[in-house]
Amino acid sequence: MTLRSTPIATGSDWNFETLARFDEALARLADEYRLDTYPNQIEVITTEQMMDAYASVGMPVGYHHWSFGKQFLAVEQAYRRGQMGLAYELVINSNPCIAYLMEENTLMMQVLVMAHACYGHNSFFKGNYLFRTWTDAESIVDYLVFARKYIAQCEERHGTQAVEQLLDACHALQNYGVDRYKRPSPISADEEARRQEEREAYLQAQVNMLWRTIPEPLAGANPLPGSLHSDDDPLGLHSGGRYPAEPQENLLYFIEKNAPLLAPWQREIVRIVRKLAQYFYPQRQTQVMNEGWACFWHYTLMNRLYDDGLVDEGLILEFLQSHAAVINQPAFDSPHFSGINPYALGFAIFTDIKRICTDPTAADREWFPDIAGTPWRETLEFAMRNFKDESFIQQFLSPKVMRDLKLFLIVDDDQQESIEVAAIHDERGYRRVREALSQQYALASREPNIQVVEAAIRGDRSLTLHHVQQGRRPLARTVYPVIRHLQQLWGFPVHLLSLEEERVVRRYQWPLDAAPSDERPTS
Amino acid sequence: MTYFIDRRPNAKHKSAVNRQRFLERYRKHIKRSVEEAVNRRSITDMERGEKISIPTKDISEPVFQHGPGGARQVVSPGNREYLAGDRIRRPPGQGGGGEGAGEGGASNQGEGADEFAFTLSREEFLEFVFDGLALPHLQRKPLKSLEEIKMVRAGLARDGVPSRISIGRSMREAYARRIAMRAPIKRALREALDALEAEERKDPVLRNPARINELKEEIARLEKRIEAIPFIDTYDLRYHQLSAQPQPSSQAVMFCVMDVSGSMTQNHKDIAKRFFLLLYLFLERHYEKVELVFVRHHTAAREVSEEEFFYSRETGGTIVSSALSLVNGIIEKRYPSAQWNLYVAQASDGDNWDDDSTTCRDLLVKKLMPHLQYFAYVEITPHEHQSLWHEYATVADAFAERFAMRQIVEAGDIYPVFRDLFKRRLSTP
Repeated sequence: MTLRSTPIATGSDWNFETLARFDEALARLADEYRLDTYPNQIEVITTEQMMDAYASVGMPVGYHHWSFGKQFLAVEQAYRRGQMGLAYELVINSNPCIAYLMEENTLMMQVLVMAHACYGHNSFFKGNYLFRTWTDAESIVDYLVFARKYIAQCEERHGTQAVEQLLDACHALQNYGVDRYKRPSPISADEEARRQEEREAYLQAQVNMLWRTIPEPLAGANPLPGSLHSDDDPLGLHSGGRYPAEPQENLLYFIEKNAPLLAPWQREIVRIVRKLAQYFYPQRQTQVMNEGWACFWHYTLMNRLYDDGLVDEGLILEFLQSHAAVINQPAFDSPHFSGINPYALGFAIFTDIKRICTDPTAADREWFPDIAGTPWRETLEFAMRNFKDESFIQQFLSPKVMRDLKLFLIVDDDQQESIEVAAIHDERGYRRVREALSQQYALASREPNIQVVEAAIRGDRSLTLHHVQQGRRPLARTVYPVIRHLQQLWGFPVHLLSLEEERVVRRYQWPLDAAPSDERPTS
Repeated sequence: MTYFIDRRPNAKHKSAVNRQRFLERYRKHIKRSVEEAVNRRSITDMERGEKISIPTKDISEPVFQHGPGGARQVVSPGNREYLAGDRIRRPPGQGGGGEGAGEGGASNQGEGADEFAFTLSREEFLEFVFDGLALPHLQRKPLKSLEEIKMVRAGLARDGVPSRISIGRSMREAYARRIAMRAPIKRALREALDALEAEERKDPVLRNPARINELKEEIARLEKRIEAIPFIDTYDLRYHQLSAQPQPSSQAVMFCVMDVSGSMTQNHKDIAKRFFLLLYLFLERHYEKVELVFVRHHTAAREVSEEEFFYSRETGGTIVSSALSLVNGIIEKRYPSAQWNLYVAQASDGDNWDDDSTTCRDLLVKKLMPHLQYFAYVEITPHEHQSLWHEYATVADAFAERFAMRQIVEAGDIYPVFRDLFKRRLSTP
C-alpha cells in the first residue's frame, strides 16, 4: 500500500462541504469499479420529513388518500415509542436518482448511506433488466405530478368521497394491475396529459361498442333460418365465443378497458393506480438482489475509503458495527426473528460470487463451472443485470451460503400430524433448499393466482374469475372485501371460483345473493 | 454528477392532508375514543393530545392473500439440530396448520397488536371533543355604535396612499394615455414623412429646398413631441380603495355560576370545575367574541377572575338567589340584552337555604328568563333532589326551549351532559 493520505474528516459531525468531498471520493472509487449510475440528487431532510416520505412510499409527490395518512400515523407512533428507528436512507428510482439523508445521522452514517444508496441502489436501478423494462426513470416524477393533479381535479369535480371509494377499490387490486409478460410502454407525463382527453373519448366509444344491447348480425353472415330460432337462445345472445378469449391476469387493465359503467375519469384513475403499481412491480421482485447489491458496494467502498486513508479507525469501526447490525440474520427460533433478512441473504450471495470468482474451491468448480475463476467484477455485473430474486437465488445460491445461514426446509401440510423437515444444508439437501427458497421469492407463489376468465357480455354481465390453488392453499378471508371492491368497479355481480386441479373447490361471489354462476371450469 | 440539496427548511406536514382524510374517515371510531379520554382526564389536563386506538380490522386495506391451511414450504435460517426427515410437533395455538413464521401475507399482517394506535394533536383532540356543539339560540343583535366595522375592498380610486397603489391598473391607464396622446402626433408625423418623400422623389430641378427644410424641421419637432410624452403620469395612478362596512355582531356573554358552599364536597367542586373548564375551552375555541363572567357564591355572591374562579378555596353556607341577583345586576349594568346574547351556566349540589329556592324561581321567571338566550343548570348530586331542583323544574316547564337542567352523579357524566346541553340544534328563538 502506498502512503496513507489524511482522513477527509473525523468525528461524528458533518457539513455539506465534507459530504461533498466524501461524495467526490466515492464517485472516484465507483468509477474505478465501473459502477454505472444516474446522476445523484442528495437531499438532506428532517425526521418529520422522513416520516412524510415513508408515508408516501418514498414518492416525492403523491395524490391524496387516507391510507397514506394511516401509514403516516403508524410510522409516527412507532417512531415516538421508540419501537422503530427510521431507515437511514430512502432512495427513489428516478433520473436523477433522489436519495434522502436524515439530518440526525452521524458523519459515518451519511457516508455509508451515500455509498449504499447513491452508488449501490442507483447502479442497480440503472442496470437491472426489470427496472429497465418496467420503469422509466426519466419521467416518473413528472407522471406523479400529473397523477396528483388529475386526481385533485377529479376530487373537485366529483367529490372527495367518490374518488376515495374508487381509489380504495383500485388499491385493493393494485397487485393485479401488472402485465407480467408483456413489456409495457414507458410512461411519460407530457404525453400522458396530451393523450388523456383523446383516450377518454376513444375508450368510452369502445366500451359502448362492446356493451351495445342489441347484437348486430355479422355482415355477410346469413344464418340458416332454423338456427336463428333456437329454443334455448331465441335471440342468439349466448352464441359466439367467450369474452375475453384468453384469461386475463391484469385485472385492473381489464376493468379499465371493459367495465361497462365506469365514467371516463374513473377509467383514468384506474389507469393511474395501475401505472404506479407497475412502477413498483420490479421493486417487489428484486428486494434481495437490490439490498444485497447495495450492501456489497457500501461494504466494498467503505473499506476502500479506509484503505486509502480517507477515513480513520474510529469511523471504520463505527461502520463495521452498523454494517454487522444491518446484515444480521437471527435464527428462526430467536425472538428477533421475522423472516429472512434480505440484506443478509443478498449480501452473502454477492460476496460469495466474488469469492467463487477469485478463490474457487473444487466444490465451487463443480457447482458453478461457468463462473469459477472468471473476473469477479464482470460476473457480478452480469448477475445484477439479468436476474430477479427468484432466478438469482436459483442460479447463485451456493452451498457455502446455505451452510453459513444454516438454511433448512420444512413442509407444513395441514393433512399431516406434524411438520416435516424436508431438507437441510447438506449434500442431499442443497438443491431442494435452493429450489424452495427461490420459489419463496417468486411472486407467483407469494400471491394467489387469480385471473379473469369470463365477462358475460351477452348474459347478466357478471364477471367470473378463477383462483388456481397452489398446494391446496385457500384464500384468506380478505377475499370478501376485495371482491366487493371488484364488484364496485365492475358494476355487476362478481364470481370467484377456487380451482384445484381443474375442480372447483370453493366459490365466492358478491353480492352474496347474486345468482350463482354456471359451472364452467377452465377448459 | 451529484447535487446536494438542503430540504430541511421546506414545509413540513406534507402528509397533513392525508392525515386529515384518515381522521375524517374514522371519525366515529375516534370520537368514541375521545369520549372515554375526556371522562378519564383530570381538570387541568384538557390541553393535551391523546392516544387513540382503533381496532385494526376496521381499518385494514384488504388484498387477495393466501389463507392458513394447505401445504406450504418454508425455508428458514439458523438450523441447529434438525436433520432431513425429522418430524416436528406443530407449535400449539396455531390450529389448522398455520406455520406462523416465514412467508404468507396473513402472518405478516397479524404480527402487530389488534389495535391501530396513534396520537392526536391537542388541536385535533379538542376538535373532536367539541364537534357538533353550539351555543343555542345565538342571535344577531342590532348594530352597536361604530365599533363593529370591517374594512372591505371597494374598487379603485384616483387618490390614496402609496402603499395601496394598484400597479397593474396604473400601468394600464398609463398605456392607454400614451396611445391616446401619441396618435395625433404620429398621424402628423406620417403625413410629414410622406410629403418629404414625395418632395425628394421629384426631379432635382423641380425640388423646393425651402419646403424640404421646412418638412425636416417639422419632423424633428414631432419626434421630439412623441418622446416628450411621459411614460407614467400622476394622472394615471390608481389606488385600491377601502370602505368601512358596519358588521352585524353576534356578541355573547356567558355567566358561569358556581356554588362553593360547604355542602359541596371536594369531589363536587372538582366535577363542577371540570364542567366549566369544558365550557370555557369550548367557547374559547369556537367563538371569537364571547365574554365570560365568573360568579362564585355561598351565602353571598361575588364576581371573580378566571384564576380565582377555578382555584380559590373560600367557602360558606348557601344562598343561590344571591348569585342570580348579582347576575341580574351585572346584566343591567353592563350587558343590555338588546345588544348581547346572554347565557348562564350554573352548577350546584342543589342544597339551598330553605326559603331561598322560591326566591330563585321568582328571580328567574320575572327578571332573568325574559332576557336570556339560554340557561343551563347542572346539579351535582347522587342524592334525592331538593327544593331548588323542583322549583327550577317549574321554570323549565315555562321556558322549555331556553331552560335546561341535568343531573351529574359522577365524573363520567360530565362530558355526556355537556354535549347534551350544548348540542347543535335547529334554533327557533
